[in-house]
Amino acid sequence: MKAIKNIGLVIFLIGLAIFTALPLLGTFNLNEADFNNIVKEQNIKSEVFINDIKTNVVGQDFKGMQTLSPIISKALDNANEAHTKNKEWDKKIYTKSSDMAAMIGKKSANGFIANNKGLMWLLTFGLGIIGALMFILPNVILLGKKGIKNDGIYHDSATNRGWIGWMVFIFLVSFYLVLYFASEYATNWTLLVDPISEALSGNPAGHWFVYGFMYCTVMTVMAVRMYIKYRHNIYQVFRTTSVLFFQIVFAFIIPEIMVRLQMPYYDFKNAFPLDYDFFFQWNLNSLIETGGIGIFILVWGIVLTLIIVPIMVYFFGKRWYCSWVCGCGGLAETLGDPYRQHSDKSLFAWKVERYLIHTVLLFVLVMTAMTLYSFFSDTGTVLGIKTSTVQSIYSLVIGSIFAGVIGTGFYPIFGNRVWCRFGCPLAAYLGFVQRFKSRFRITTNGGQCISCGNCSTYCEQGIDVRAYAQKGENIVRSSCVGCGVCSAVCPRGVLKLENGPEDGRINPTEILLGNDVDLMDFVNQK
Amino acid sequence: MVKVLTKPSTELKYQTKFMEHIVIIGNGISGVTLARHIRKLSDKKITIISAETDYFFSRTALMYVYMGHMKFEHTQPYENWFWKKNRIELLKAFVKNIDTDQKVLEFADGGNLNYDKLVIATGSKPNKFGWPGQDLDGALGMYHKQDLDNLEAYAPNNKVCNRAVIVGGGLIGIELAEMLNSRKIPVTFLVRESSFWNGVLPEGESQMINNHIKNHHIDLRLSTNLKEIKSDENGRVKSVIIEETGEEIACNVVGLTAGVTPNIDFVKSSKIELGRGVKVNRYLETNIPDVYAIGDCAEQHEAIGNRRPIEAVWYTGRMMGETLAQTICGNRLAYKPGHWFNSAKFLDIEYQTYGWVFAQPREHEAHFHWKHHKEDICITVAFNKDTKEFIGINTFGIRMRHEIFDKWLTEKRDMEYVMSYLKDANFDPEFYKVYEDEILKQYNDTFNTNLTSHKKSWKRIFSKA
Ligand SMILES: Cc1cc2nc3c(=O)[nH]c(=O)nc-3n(C[C@H](O)[C@H](O)[C@H](O)COP(=O)(O)OP(=O)(O)OC[C@H]3O[C@@H](n4cnc5c(N)ncnc54)[C@H](O)[C@@H]3O)c2cc1C
Ligand code: SF4
Ligand code: SF4
Repeated sequence: MKAIKNIGLVIFLIGLAIFTALPLLGTFNLNEADFNNIVKEQNIKSEVFINDIKTNVVGQDFKGMQTLSPIISKALDNANEAHTKNKEWDKKIYTKSSDMAAMIGKKSANGFIANNKGLMWLLTFGLGIIGALMFILPNVILLGKKGIKNDGIYHDSATNRGWIGWMVFIFLVSFYLVLYFASEYATNWTLLVDPISEALSGNPAGHWFVYGFMYCTVMTVMAVRMYIKYRHNIYQVFRTTSVLFFQIVFAFIIPEIMVRLQMPYYDFKNAFPLDYDFFFQWNLNSLIETGGIGIFILVWGIVLTLIIVPIMVYFFGKRWYCSWVCGCGGLAETLGDPYRQHSDKSLFAWKVERYLIHTVLLFVLVMTAMTLYSFFSDTGTVLGIKTSTVQSIYSLVIGSIFAGVIGTGFYPIFGNRVWCRFGCPLAAYLGFVQRFKSRFRITTNGGQCISCGNCSTYCEQGIDVRAYAQKGENIVRSSCVGCGVCSAVCPRGVLKLENGPEDGRINPTEILLGNDVDLMDFVNQK
Repeated sequence: MVKVLTKPSTELKYQTKFMEHIVIIGNGISGVTLARHIRKLSDKKITIISAETDYFFSRTALMYVYMGHMKFEHTQPYENWFWKKNRIELLKAFVKNIDTDQKVLEFADGGNLNYDKLVIATGSKPNKFGWPGQDLDGALGMYHKQDLDNLEAYAPNNKVCNRAVIVGGGLIGIELAEMLNSRKIPVTFLVRESSFWNGVLPEGESQMINNHIKNHHIDLRLSTNLKEIKSDENGRVKSVIIEETGEEIACNVVGLTAGVTPNIDFVKSSKIELGRGVKVNRYLETNIPDVYAIGDCAEQHEAIGNRRPIEAVWYTGRMMGETLAQTICGNRLAYKPGHWFNSAKFLDIEYQTYGWVFAQPREHEAHFHWKHHKEDICITVAFNKDTKEFIGINTFGIRMRHEIFDKWLTEKRDMEYVMSYLKDANFDPEFYKVYEDEILKQYNDTFNTNLTSHKKSWKRIFSKA
């Protein structure tokens, strides 16, 4: 069993190594016809750029994106500089250089990787999946009888911020940096999943497709791990199945198929304001232009945020979204589960959390108000501030850096819910409802708590669950995503997530059940 | 009705101008609960003394540190700033002697401290019954932080520690077995009784735990006593000899977990009356005015109800702390605990108990036992044979609601009621398979009744007794 695990690990690492090396490998050779197509599609009017590429790129072999990308970027800069100088505004190219490089790279990729997509998929994703499963599946036997399986978490360098944890951190952060800021280096990755993308939407894959596919793959493999680890806890089994379903079907497959059917790309479960660009002009325009389905999506998006979300939170708590449906939550609960103990439980962290998350909520609301104002009054600025500038700042700082690079990249260091806890504006909104108008609570079982601290340690949201449990108080906190792990790890059966009457949901206590009834009554009722 | 203080009264504020100094020896759950409640009720000066650790930690969680579930800092229920903010002074020192005439504590390092009121909350220490070799290196209890450090040193892994022998089959013994098991260190578990913890657990449950222990590859030896611990040439544990068979078992660590005794040796030189523990009356007062004792180290002159005179559990320490705070703040209140409850975990099996279930039913009592046909899930309900009054329940592998059982005990519900409303009491996580119908069916079959089960009702759950 141990041997299978070790072989699996080696296989996984080989797959990972090949995947990691891919951005710097491969040959690229752009032919004239393809380039002309790009020029036409992108409506490029800059002859400076066109000539530059034709002389320096077309027909030549490039080894690895690192040799091609700088030339394209330079050509772009030179062209734009010249046009700016000559005030030829219509010739300026506004496409980002990494997007241009990605576009050209994708068309010009040839050589081994481009010609052996299936094989390369097997050598990367394939080995990764097989290796990971070989590593995970033996746990059915190795973990022994069902029960809580947290032995050695703080002895293992992967889960105790040791060197493996830091390596994972570096890998994840780099991956997100490539994805958001240097997507041309993802070109080879897109090739691997081209066949899948073509089967779904009919189009070749872009880097976001790679991301989506990887997301689903990672979640599925890590869900297997969840099933094994928490096999005694049916709540975890159901919840994991649910997030997996919503990720694969709603976030991944349906949008791709909609594209195939000439409909807008839309994830029906992604609610504003997490889906922060829902009200951006380009999105509204595209929805309105598509007519029927577009209008439906528009109405659905608004109804989802204003009606469905709060009503569901009233009945079930924000968990129905955050740990049963949401994609960010889904990754956190599968890939992120080994890191949940790293969330900071201090009062200070709680303070930071409240400032930060509400600032982001305010930010998104102000931005959306500006966006809508601009949209309806047809101006680009509000009170002298450019709407598009605000939008790009949000997209960059919150959408990319916070949600992606920090949110996921920092899993091994700050825990798996950094984004959900400190940043997500939807979570902030759901949190208000959960705190002030909901039937959900975590009931504390009378006086049974022994203050051991398992619950607090494993709360991914950094809630000091014990602080409530040891006072006999129910846990009613806006940030609780209802993952149910505090309840699972409690060795004394103290915690139960449940939906019940609002009356008595919040029950501040001083004296716990089990003591003198007079003392309890008087002190608690005060 | 009893008068209860809830917040500092102006009268009290006036009194505390003199800043009465409350000194608590012991920073465990009882001492800390007391300090917190005194602070809520008054402005008195509070000092907590402990020789063990700088800050309060949860003893019950020591096992999880060794097993790698938590770091030691996670066992500390309050952040370090908490004490200063609440003006609770912490002093790390070992009290050597109490001079109750001068109201002075003397420390092992030579210092001393005056008190106005003194609370002894020094907890327990592991029992050692005079076995030869019990003080060798590698023979350790599992009570204090230092025991954990020792275990980490003597049994870091199964290379250094090829086998450990645990002596004494109680709750701490089985925790120690689980700890060592988590590092794949082979364990031999010597239990004096003929079945695990059968002084407390009814037969069926005790048997189930025996099997569960064996299923974890722990070498459980029932009806087996320790004769002596043998030393190697360096004064370290080498092996143990079994009393009954004379068998020698080679091992590197011996865990002495045959119960605990009040940790009160340092009180012996004082005028405070001692039995096994510090003798206290219902008000937790000792024979000396202004000296009190709470928690594991306190011994009631007369046991309260079915409770033992010394109650060495977490919850009772906490309750004594809650109660004594009232007395110390001017509202003399007797310690009057409510219905008994407790809980534990045997490896993977959670155990809860509410009310009284004795290993052997007492006179006029009977047990109703239900066990899952396959899983380690069972319950035992104790009731009065004549009146059918519900007396208590043990549950294994099913979580139950404390509030509900507390209410049913107060209301003196009978078996028929408890059995048919059992769904109200279930506290398992959502979507768990429930067994109330199966339990009820067996009850009906056994007692020839025709009870029907009631659906869970929030209204009943939240209604007060
Ligand atoms: C491993 C383990 C698991 C347990 N699990 C459970 C459980 O699941 N449920 C349950 O109900 N109970 C459990 N218990 C029992 C429970 O922990 C104790 O009942 C409880 O901690 C007692 O609290 P206390 O405040 O009375 O004393 P303690 O927690 O023992 O605190 C007393 C403190 O006083 C210090 N002290 C003693 N003498 C002196 C001196 N002369 N000078 C200075 N300081 C001194 C000690 O070093 C200690 O720090 C467990 C105990 C152990 C050891
Ligand atoms: S409080 Fe419990 S259910 Fe809520 S997020 Fe924390 S661990 Fe999950
Ligand atoms: S895990 Fe359970 S017993 Fe431990 S502190 Fe939390 S609620 Fe209390």
